[in-house]
Amino acid sequence: MARNPTPLMWTLFGAGGMLSALLFPIHIFLLGLAFPLGWLEGPSYESLHALVTHPITRLYLFAFISLPLFHWAHRFRYTINDLFQLKQGTGIVAGICYGAALVGTFTAAYTLWTLS
Amino acid sequence: MGFEVSDGTHDAGRPRLYRRPMPLGWWLQNGAYFRFVVRELTCVFVGLFAVLSLWQVRALGQGAEEYARFVERLGAPAFAALSGVTLVAVLYHAVTFLNLTPTIVVIRIGQQRVPGWAIAGAHYAAAVVLSGVVAWILLQG
Repeated sequence: MARNPTPLMWTLFGAGGMLSALLFPIHIFLLGLAFPLGWLEGPSYESLHALVTHPITRLYLFAFISLPLFHWAHRFRYTINDLFQLKQGTGIVAGICYGAALVGTFTAAYTLWTLS
Repeated sequence: MGFEVSDGTHDAGRPRLYRRPMPLGWWLQNGAYFRFVVRELTCVFVGLFAVLSLWQVRALGQGAEEYARFVERLGAPAFAALSGVTLVAVLYHAVTFLNLTPTIVVIRIGQQRVPGWAIAGAHYAAAVVLSGVVAWILLQG
């Protein structure tokens, strides 16, 4: 790990922000609204299962879940600092935010790796 | 980002930054502050949808019945309303994020700098194309 983690965190923030800007709206619209509410017919369980267990889709979903979590962590951390004008405890806020993103990343890796 | 807060740990021996005292509701004072905080808080919905996607993958791995129950739960009014709010927040994130791309991505062709509108436009075009690809894959059946 580099001595100063800020550039790395900013890079993950930017990558997650870009990925979510480009891909989240269509995913939310289809998987969160159109399919559950029956506006459009979603894929069958079998075809969705075949799609998601494909190695490329697993990698896609890993980036799709992990990078936006780091986007959240980095942005939320500074928002908390600014909203509450924290002078102390900023290290704890950072630890909780990046820690949560790391936990989510490991959970995603495990879930996608063991998905059968 | 104009609101970076010094964490005070690197100030030893250096003049401290003057911090104008601000009331706790500083971000409600004017429209620009408010829009800034709303933009920053869209990250909560970005994180929320990432977690929801992970949850959905997990449900998919637990078999057809469990997955059907998951999708049914997504269609419940409270969950659908949350998805609606998430969509609006993420669209606001997308527009504000892509509008900033010209300040971050600098491309030169010879001596000429590619204009900002072209860089932002290319990112919007990428969003449209990628959304089309995702929709095409998921609507195959």
